[in-house]
Amino acid sequence: MDQIAVIFFSAILINNFVLIRFLGICPFLGISQKIETAVGMSLAVIFVMTVASLATWTVQTYLLLPYDLVYLRTIVFILVIAGLVQFVEMVIQKSSPTLYQALGVYLPLITTNCAVLGVTILNLNEGYNLIEALAHGFAAAVGFGLAIVVFAGIRERLELAEVPEALQGFPIALIIAGLLSISFFGFQGLL
Amino acid sequence: MNDLKVFWRGIFDENPTFRLLLGMCPTLAVSIAAGQGFGMGLAATAVLVASNILISLMRRVIPDSIRIPCYIVIIATFVTMVDLVMAAFVPALHQVLGIFIPLIVVNCIILQRAEAFASKNGVWRSTLDGLGMGVGFTLALVLVSAIREILGSGTLFGIEVLWFWQSFEPMRIMVSPPGAFIVLGLLIGLINFLSMRKA
Repeated sequence: MDQIAVIFFSAILINNFVLIRFLGICPFLGISQKIETAVGMSLAVIFVMTVASLATWTVQTYLLLPYDLVYLRTIVFILVIAGLVQFVEMVIQKSSPTLYQALGVYLPLITTNCAVLGVTILNLNEGYNLIEALAHGFAAAVGFGLAIVVFAGIRERLELAEVPEALQGFPIALIIAGLLSISFFGFQGLL
Repeated sequence: MNDLKVFWRGIFDENPTFRLLLGMCPTLAVSIAAGQGFGMGLAATAVLVASNILISLMRRVIPDSIRIPCYIVIIATFVTMVDLVMAAFVPALHQVLGIFIPLIVVNCIILQRAEAFASKNGVWRSTLDGLGMGVGFTLALVLVSAIREILGSGTLFGIEVLWFWQSFEPMRIMVSPPGAFIVLGLLIGLINFLSMRKA
């Protein structure tokens, strides 16, 4: 149980996926203009990353390891994730149109979110068991959500600020991400 | 557009990092030391050129509706090859770059070039495009990581370069994650500023 708690909090705060590990920067910078969309994106990512952790762990343990195919993991994992995202999209579309309207547009973008592939490979490198992998996948996605929502909040305020012309848009966003990263850096000594 | 322009474009006018703003994750993550940045750049260039060539060769065979999954499989194949080659021949670099080698698969530069260029152009031009973009990406990575390495540890490619500046204190923030965001943000800002002045 302690182990799970350590994995959980370190994935959210200490090794925050976006701000410390640099995974999922594209959606972090691309879909953070408004808090609403940031929340939608984070919910979709939390869902997909948890399920992807489950799916890739199963594939790894029951398919790749027994048949000695571990070297194929990059190809297999990206296919599993792409298939999974497609499947999730179809299921949500059929079962809950409301949820689909909220998350639908973000789902296709998640396939190329490197945080998803990243978390599945990290699960494997760390040698997590199923419960640990699930906790790690879920917590990493929550950390991603936390970062992107906080960042969106800052960017909403920023619209009213006067930014030098050359720094407008992307550069200032990166600098703010740097400052945010400094504050997450403060969690380093937590555990 | 002539062939030479196809190559040069990736280095200056459409530099993937500074102009197209693609492939941010590896740029931020591995740019701690110039050597690492260079290694990452070369690995991505190898995948980019190889996948551009193959996708360009197969562009009439791949059905339009499932082209993205096909591209991803082709890219993932080359990434796996690069991953295994690096593990065998440069294990130290492979260790440092770690998870970011398999993650070349989801590097948006490669998929974007496949979709925007290789799927519409011949083999020779696609090769040039891949090379140009790869070199542009490598140069950008080396630039960012050189700045971070000099300021953060006072070295460049592992060699002491600030020997004349006795009282220099390495700025630890430059080699830690926040430094990556700030250096890249300021660099893109500077490039925007310079191109605005030129215009």
